[in-house]
Amino acid sequence: MRYMDDTAVMKRMTKRITFNKVWKTLFFLATMFALVTLAILLYRIVTQGIDYLNIDFLTNFASRFADKAGIKAALIGSLWLMAVVAPVSIILGVGTAIYLEEYAKKNRINDFIRMNISNLAGVPSIVFGLLGLTIFVRMMGLGKSILAAGLTMSLLILPVIIVAAQEAIRAVPNEQREASYGMGATKWQTILRVVLPAAIPGILTGSILALSRAIGETAPLVVIGIPVILQFLPNGLLSQFTALPMQIYDWAKRPQEAFQYVASAGILVLMTVLLLMNSIAIYIRNKFQKRY
Amino acid sequence: MKKWKYLTMTAVMGSALMLGACGSDSAQNGNNAETNAPASSGQEAADEKLQGTVAGDGSSTVAPIIEAVVEEYAGTQPDVKVSVGVSGTGGGFEKFIAGETDFSNASRNIKDEEKTKLEEAGIDFTELAIAYDGLSVVVNPENDWAKDLTVEQLQKIWIEDGTEKKWSDIDPSWPDEKIVYYSPGTDSGTYDYFDEVILDGADLVSAATLSEDDNMLVQGVSGDKNAIGFFGYAYYLENKDKLNIVKVNGVEPTNETIEGGEYTPLSRPLFTYVKNSAMKDNEAAYDFIKFTLENAGDMAEAVGYVSLPEEKYTEGLKTLEGLK
Repeated sequence: MRYMDDTAVMKRMTKRITFNKVWKTLFFLATMFALVTLAILLYRIVTQGIDYLNIDFLTNFASRFADKAGIKAALIGSLWLMAVVAPVSIILGVGTAIYLEEYAKKNRINDFIRMNISNLAGVPSIVFGLLGLTIFVRMMGLGKSILAAGLTMSLLILPVIIVAAQEAIRAVPNEQREASYGMGATKWQTILRVVLPAAIPGILTGSILALSRAIGETAPLVVIGIPVILQFLPNGLLSQFTALPMQIYDWAKRPQEAFQYVASAGILVLMTVLLLMNSIAIYIRNKFQKRY
Repeated sequence: MKKWKYLTMTAVMGSALMLGACGSDSAQNGNNAETNAPASSGQEAADEKLQGTVAGDGSSTVAPIIEAVVEEYAGTQPDVKVSVGVSGTGGGFEKFIAGETDFSNASRNIKDEEKTKLEEAGIDFTELAIAYDGLSVVVNPENDWAKDLTVEQLQKIWIEDGTEKKWSDIDPSWPDEKIVYYSPGTDSGTYDYFDEVILDGADLVSAATLSEDDNMLVQGVSGDKNAIGFFGYAYYLENKDKLNIVKVNGVEPTNETIEGGEYTPLSRPLFTYVKNSAMKDNEAAYDFIKFTLENAGDMAEAVGYVSLPEEKYTEGLKTLEGLK
C-alpha cells in the first residue's frame, strides 16, 4: 500500500518551488536596484572627479579656472558649521529626550509635545531655512554667519536626535532603574549612572547620523543666503562662510564642462567626510555595546 | 569612571558654547573697527593694505564674472573679506533691501517695486554696468528650419495663447510637430529680461519647462529635436557643439554684434547695484567696486561674456568717485 502519490506531490511541489523562486528573485532584484543605482552613481562621480581630486583641490580657494579651483573655504566652513551644530543639537536633543522619557508625566500636554516632535522630523528642510532666515539672520541680527546657519541646522536635526535618544533611553530595561533606586540612588544619579551609559551607543549613533544629514543639507543654506564666492577662511562664529553642498551646487551650475568634473571632485570630498562620520558612528556603537 | 567622562563632555560642550558667545562679541567689534579704521582718502588704494568686509549677492548670470574679480582682488588685497552669494537677481535685491549686502548683482534693470522698497528702507543706490550678455535663443542641432527668427515670431512662439503650438503654426513650411520649451526660472533676471523685451508683459507659454539651472536647459534642448530655449551667451558658447544658435532679426549673437549693439533686443547689460552709504563709509567696499569696474571687462571676456566699451567703464568709475 502506498501512503503518498509521488507524482501528485511532485506536481504540486514544482509549482510551489517555482513560485518561491519567483518571489526570491523579485526581492533580490529590489535589493539590487538600490545597490546598482548607488554603484552607477559612485562610478560616474569617481570617474569624473578623480582627476581633479588632489592636494591642491583641498588647499586652494575656488577659482574661475577649473584646474585651479579648490574646496578649502567650503570644507573648513562645513567643519565650522559642524562645530556649532554638534554641541547645540546634541545638548538640546538629549536634554529633551531625558525630560520626555524620565521626568515628564503622561498627560495631554506632554503627549502633544511628543507628537509634535515626531511631526517636526518630517518638516521639509527649506521651511527650517525660512525660520532661520527670519529669526537668526534678521531678528537676532546674526547675519549670514556660521552661528546663524549652525543654529538653523541644529533646529533641523533636533527632532531626529530627540527621537533617536528617546528610543535609546526607552530601550534601557526598567529593572535597571529599579535596581538603582533600590540601592538608594536618586533619580538624577540613576539617569546619569545607569540610564545614560546604557543608552549612549544609541544616542551617539543617532546623533552622528543626524549630523551627517546636516553636513549634506543645502536648502536651508540657500534660503539663508550664505555666500558662495569668497576667498577667505572664517575666523569666528560671526564670520561669513560657505559650505560643501553650496560650493558643489555652484560648480554644477557653471557653463564650462570642466566645472562639472570639479563638482564631482567636491562630491567625493563631501562623501569622504560623510563616510568618516558614519564609520565613527559604527565604531562608537560597537565599542560601547560590548561593555553592556 | 563614567562620571568624569560625562563631566568632561559637558564641560567641553559648555565651553564651546561659551566660546561661541564670546567669539561673537569680539568678531562684531572687530568688524566695526576694521571697517572704520582705514579711512584715508588715497586714490592709489591698491598700494595700501586695506582691511574690512564687503558683502554682495545676486544674479547667477553675473556670478562667474564676480567670482573672477573676487579671485583677482584677493591677490591684491588679501585682508579684505569679500563674500558674494548667488541667490538670483530677485533674491539678491531682497537681501539688498533688507540691508544685508553692500552691492547686488543683476542681469536686468531694477524694478519699480524694488526701487520703492529701497526708498522705504532708506537705502540709496547707484547702478553700474559691468558687462554685456547676449541672451541666446537656441534650438536642437537637428532643427534645420528655425535658423533666423524675427521678434514677432519669437513672440508667437513664446506667448501663451491657450493653444498647443506646433512649429507649423509659426511658419506653414515648418514641420507639423509640437514645440518643446525650455526657459530659465521666473526668479532669474534672464527670464525677467526676456519677459520685458519679447513677452512684453504677456504670459510665457505654460508648456515651458522652467529651471534655475541653465545646464538643465542645455540638456533639454540638446535632447529634443523640437525644443527651443534661451539663456545667457556663456552657456551657448560652452555648448556650441550641442546646440544651434538662432539669429534674431537676422543677427547672430557674437562678441562684436553684442558689444556693437546690433544684436537687439536681446543683448543686455549686466549690472551691479551699489549701496551709496557703503561706498562712502566702507573703504574696502569702495575699493572692491573700483577694482571691479577696472577689471570687469577682461574678466567678463575670460568667462564667456562681452566687455563694455572702455568709455562705459570710465564713466562708471567717475560715477563711483562721486559717491565717495
